[in-house]
Amino acid sequence: MSASEPGAARAGPPGGNRPKRRRKWGRIARADAFWGYAMISPGLIGLLTFYIWPMLQTFYFSFTEWGPFGDARWTGLSNYRALFDGPEFLLALGNTLVYTVLSVTITEAIALVLAVLLNQNLRGLSVYRTLYFIPVVTMPAAIGLVWRWLYNSDYGVINYLLGLLGIEGARWLSDPGLALYAIVVVGVWSGIGYALVLFLAGLQTIPTDYYDAAAVDGAGALVKFFRITLPLLSPTVFFVTVISLINSLQVFDLIFLMISSGRGASTSPVIEQTQSLVYLFYKDTFVLNEQGQGAAVVLTLFIIIVLITFAQFRLQRRWVHYD
Amino acid sequence: MTRATSPNGRTRRRPRLPAWTRLATHLILAVGALAMIGPFVWSTLTSFKTLGEAFQVPPTILPEQLRWENYAQVFTQLPFLAFYENTIIVTAVKVVGVLITSSLAGYAFARIDFPGRNVLFALYLAVLMVPYQIFLLPQFLIMAKLGWVNTLLALIVPGLFDAFGTFLLRQFFMGLPRELEDAAKIDGCNHFQIYWRIMLPLAKPGLIALAIFTFLWSWNDFLWPLVVINSPEKMTLGAGLAFLQGQYLTDFPLLMAGAMLSTLPVIAVFVVLQRQFVEGVASTGIKG
Repeated sequence: MSASEPGAARAGPPGGNRPKRRRKWGRIARADAFWGYAMISPGLIGLLTFYIWPMLQTFYFSFTEWGPFGDARWTGLSNYRALFDGPEFLLALGNTLVYTVLSVTITEAIALVLAVLLNQNLRGLSVYRTLYFIPVVTMPAAIGLVWRWLYNSDYGVINYLLGLLGIEGARWLSDPGLALYAIVVVGVWSGIGYALVLFLAGLQTIPTDYYDAAAVDGAGALVKFFRITLPLLSPTVFFVTVISLINSLQVFDLIFLMISSGRGASTSPVIEQTQSLVYLFYKDTFVLNEQGQGAAVVLTLFIIIVLITFAQFRLQRRWVHYD
Repeated sequence: MTRATSPNGRTRRRPRLPAWTRLATHLILAVGALAMIGPFVWSTLTSFKTLGEAFQVPPTILPEQLRWENYAQVFTQLPFLAFYENTIIVTAVKVVGVLITSSLAGYAFARIDFPGRNVLFALYLAVLMVPYQIFLLPQFLIMAKLGWVNTLLALIVPGLFDAFGTFLLRQFFMGLPRELEDAAKIDGCNHFQIYWRIMLPLAKPGLIALAIFTFLWSWNDFLWPLVVINSPEKMTLGAGLAFLQGQYLTDFPLLMAGAMLSTLPVIAVFVVLQRQFVEGVASTGIKG
């Protein structure tokens, strides 16, 4: 059973119980209602208090402006209009999209190659899988710190290794043209293991007979990959893409630790070129105290996520093969 | 995406590859694996160096001697022990809380017919689709009203309720056969007894997956602690690392010691329970 699949039809009570049930319907229905509400109420009360109500509030906040004493004044759509006043929001949107598209496609391409390589009756499969998965379980805050050190332009090991190869290093995290791509690399590094594990699980369900038959027809490795592996793996690829896009669109921790380094207004020279929508939301809401503006940013992000996810479900017919 | 994890025998094994292909494959995979753990190895080495050594050009690989003092310094300069304690308390309570609230509600949504069930379940799905940041400011305002800002309660209480966990366990319960509970019903068990005695034991794999991922999310959480906690003694490891970075911007040996200290417990748990982790991801698709 998996989370991605809205469960099978709600099974009614088995036919045999019907007459008995009907006779006692009143009592059983009352008992069912009692236990139903009793068992969902601990979770539901929390959900309403800490999630549903805040959701509605943020929606409302996005149409308000906050005074110095936390009083919200209705200003209609002005926060949404203000998004397009300066370049900041569009830049952040662009950064987020560039980060998302690059990190998701590169992560999946690498993970796919690795998964195919791993799925060939190879010794040490579980060791490799464990090693590739370690970055996935690592705290993003620690990942940010570690990579800031690796990327250090004067003493970092990356520039040193490049130097050994005769390539001149760069100021990865302070060069406006590079910083975003440097973050993409870290995003890819920390996401490969997740895609790999799911791809491997998908590959292992493909019957080997298909490959045997293709071999009889004289198909080479590439033909097998594009004609058998990829189509049969497409539901998994689709699922990983949906989840990864939603996650990548919310990138924040890496930017916070690698670029802005600290609470308060960032002084980094590349913050404009790297800040994501969630970072902008954080800055507006908790640094600049423009809560209404921050709410508008995060609602826009929500709309983008819904649109992209919806589009993927519409487009899946074109390339995803179920069975 | 239901991927029946095929039984151990799997499908028929493919014939072994020729030796040179195998070697090339191993080479590629090993290079990849090195790229995965290299950053950890390098940071660990740095964490044992002096500041002077860390800033040497060209860099030395091994530290001249293992400077455990860096680690000691992390604990004396920052309330790192408190970070651990807070993270462990918050994570433990959240795991237990999420398992209780999610399994109760998941069972009810999967198996009990009560008025309004579908509407209420739709609320869970709505929360599931919304980016987490939407809740952030109002949650903060609620914490302020309750006087919980800067307390562990703020870190714990909103995290006791998990739309995803409820959804996951509902799916899990729906996949279990109904025969056992029908027998129990005839024996006069009420819903709670069925849930407690029959369904929970059967749902163990789902509960374990949910526990593992709640553990990971809670341990690694960053934005919420950053927002709701401002005094160091109340911080968890993630926010503590940001604080450490603010204090010692370029003292990389110290920063690396802090990074390793905060992440090693998770890696250790992962290596021990790696089968459950990997199966949890593969069968549920949850992202760590």
